[in-house]
Amino acid sequence: MEVLRIATSGSVDDGKSTLIGRLLYDTNSIPQDKMEALHAASKRKGLDFTDLSLLTDGLVAEREQGITIDVANIYFSTPTRKYIIADTPGHIEYTRNMVTGASNAQVSLILIDARKGIVEQTHRHFFIANLLRIPYLVVCVNKMDLVDYNQARFNQIVEDFQQMLDNASFKGQAVQFIPISSLYGENVASHNGAIDWYNGPTLLEYLEEVSFDHEDKKHPARFPIQSVIRPRTTEYHDFRGFAGKVASGHFSVGDEVVSLPSGQKSKIKTIEQFEKQLSVAHTKESVVITLEDEIDSSRGNMLVKADSPSEQLKEIVADVCWMDQQKLVAGKTYLLQHGVNRVKAKVQQIQYVTDVTTLTEHAGKTDMGLNDIGRITIKTAAPIFADKYAENPANGAFILIDEFNNTTVGVGFVI
Amino acid sequence: MTNKINWEFPQALEDEAIYILRETVAQFEKPVLLFSGGKDSITLVRLAQKAFYPGKIPFALLHVDTGHNFPETIAFRDWLVNTLGLDIIVRNVQDSIDQGKVQEETGKYASRNALQTVTLLDAIEEGKFDACIGGARRDEEKARAKERIFSVRDEFGQWNAKMQRPELFDILNGKINIGENVRVFPISNWTELDVWNYIVREKLEIPSIYFSHEREIIERDGLYWPYSSFLNTTADEVPFLSKVRFRTVGDMTCTAAVLSEADKLEDIIAEIMEAKISERGARIDDKRSEAAMEKRKQAGYF
Repeated sequence: MEVLRIATSGSVDDGKSTLIGRLLYDTNSIPQDKMEALHAASKRKGLDFTDLSLLTDGLVAEREQGITIDVANIYFSTPTRKYIIADTPGHIEYTRNMVTGASNAQVSLILIDARKGIVEQTHRHFFIANLLRIPYLVVCVNKMDLVDYNQARFNQIVEDFQQMLDNASFKGQAVQFIPISSLYGENVASHNGAIDWYNGPTLLEYLEEVSFDHEDKKHPARFPIQSVIRPRTTEYHDFRGFAGKVASGHFSVGDEVVSLPSGQKSKIKTIEQFEKQLSVAHTKESVVITLEDEIDSSRGNMLVKADSPSEQLKEIVADVCWMDQQKLVAGKTYLLQHGVNRVKAKVQQIQYVTDVTTLTEHAGKTDMGLNDIGRITIKTAAPIFADKYAENPANGAFILIDEFNNTTVGVGFVI
Repeated sequence: MTNKINWEFPQALEDEAIYILRETVAQFEKPVLLFSGGKDSITLVRLAQKAFYPGKIPFALLHVDTGHNFPETIAFRDWLVNTLGLDIIVRNVQDSIDQGKVQEETGKYASRNALQTVTLLDAIEEGKFDACIGGARRDEEKARAKERIFSVRDEFGQWNAKMQRPELFDILNGKINIGENVRVFPISNWTELDVWNYIVREKLEIPSIYFSHEREIIERDGLYWPYSSFLNTTADEVPFLSKVRFRTVGDMTCTAAVLSEADKLEDIIAEIMEAKISERGARIDDKRSEAAMEKRKQAGYF
């Protein structure tokens, strides 16, 4: 069974949590005791309806303030797919959480309030979906019930959004617009008849039919080594296997591979998955690879196919989203973690910081604050084996870690 | 329930969990697996076996024994450890009580659930464990839905929900400050159904209390409580025999039974899919308040 990961984002009060609640409700994913807890909590708040948004706002502070602070992960399944929704905060000050939630998504769901149309935060959400190059974008125009299900209003919003797409979409991005009412469940899991001028799929139909491209063939084969397995038991005395998860592409037994950074070559002898021997390891599969020759490889190194070498980068240009209260400062040293490989890295220069609403690039900055997005250059103490994010996202992103407090302070996308 | 049951386990979840376990061992000095004897921690043991094969599981199990466990759980634990040749450390809540570190609750709702946090934190300190691998899942409860895979705890084991580290893509940052430790949740993205489908696929053994059996129970607050010497009952709570099973394995004082005839895995799964009550709905410890789990997590609970 396939897993589809969706990131939702919306602005304050545009009904994102209600939409998710509706999706769960309409797929019978809410057990009765949870429903009862919802009724009770809604009543305590003095509401005369069941507030489905209370399902996802899980922290005390969130329920008190009626907003989403952190990413909530929500699960439901249909007979064909398992869905994971990362419900992310819409507030500008939680942009970093939005990037976090969106980083694993294949579908980005942007909500627009039909009454308000495109607002400042829509630009931000769209920008982040593009930055992360999420292949599918579904724009739900919500609260259609409050504009009398007016087709012209919907078309106007589509047109406005199309202008944003014309300015900033990327190749391969698929976009779908759906007019919905999450309060009444219109076009969420079913057509209820109120929007008879719309012939497209409901949200759930769309999600069920999003076609999967496992991107096995499109992307170069990359295998970051997590650890070396050497049991040294009588039975496996000479066993030496490289444990890891295929980042992109695929590897087959007999393939000629190069170990980075040493550059040593060998051939794949076996691919093992517990007691099974595989002939091919596909993208995202966790396996153990053994090689024909004894070569020097360890954690943080990478096996690549000889016919699709990776660059060894020490000077990196990257787009960065800053995620910490302490500003990013040009000249400061951080730890850069690319996959499982961690190296020291110095920020050389901040080229510009982008205003995501106007897409204006502001040069001449010497620091970047929380939630800022901009382009920087970095020099690393040792090479990383990354691809350009636009060409191979699974091997093109990294995080920056503060050396002093060990927290994750930023995410970067190799240009 | 209109959904048909999908019996297929999503393989991506196993690959992800194995990746997380390998990162844990690579990034930490001394990981330990928190073992409760429940299906989720049994699943973790299987995943650990696979992650390091043909090598051995490179960490021990840690079981905090409240003294109020189902005897079937303890018997199963000992069987599993022996069969797979695992290392296990057992620490007892009774010792924390005897040392005067915690006080036994009183009244008819008395349980040792809250007490075990102290025993756990002591065991972590004593063993110098910097990573504790747990079987918590995000679908269980709304506070858990927000927790990271590598979840940093301070010296007092506390979880700071508002200051969580961003966790991007599958990049896991296990760097911590002195005194801190990390709770690792490899099956964060699994649902209850995923776990059951995995148990079927992998043909895993589980404690007998998951299957239908005859047991003395009492009815209280609309739930069926297993009758035992640990449970404080009132005069009008008369135990009676019934066919029941348990959906989760907790203490005998805080895990409610469900009336059930399901004695095969397939029947259990079918029952879960139709069930009107969520998994943790049978956990009396969660019912104390709307934010019960978040409060316990802040205090260092699992």
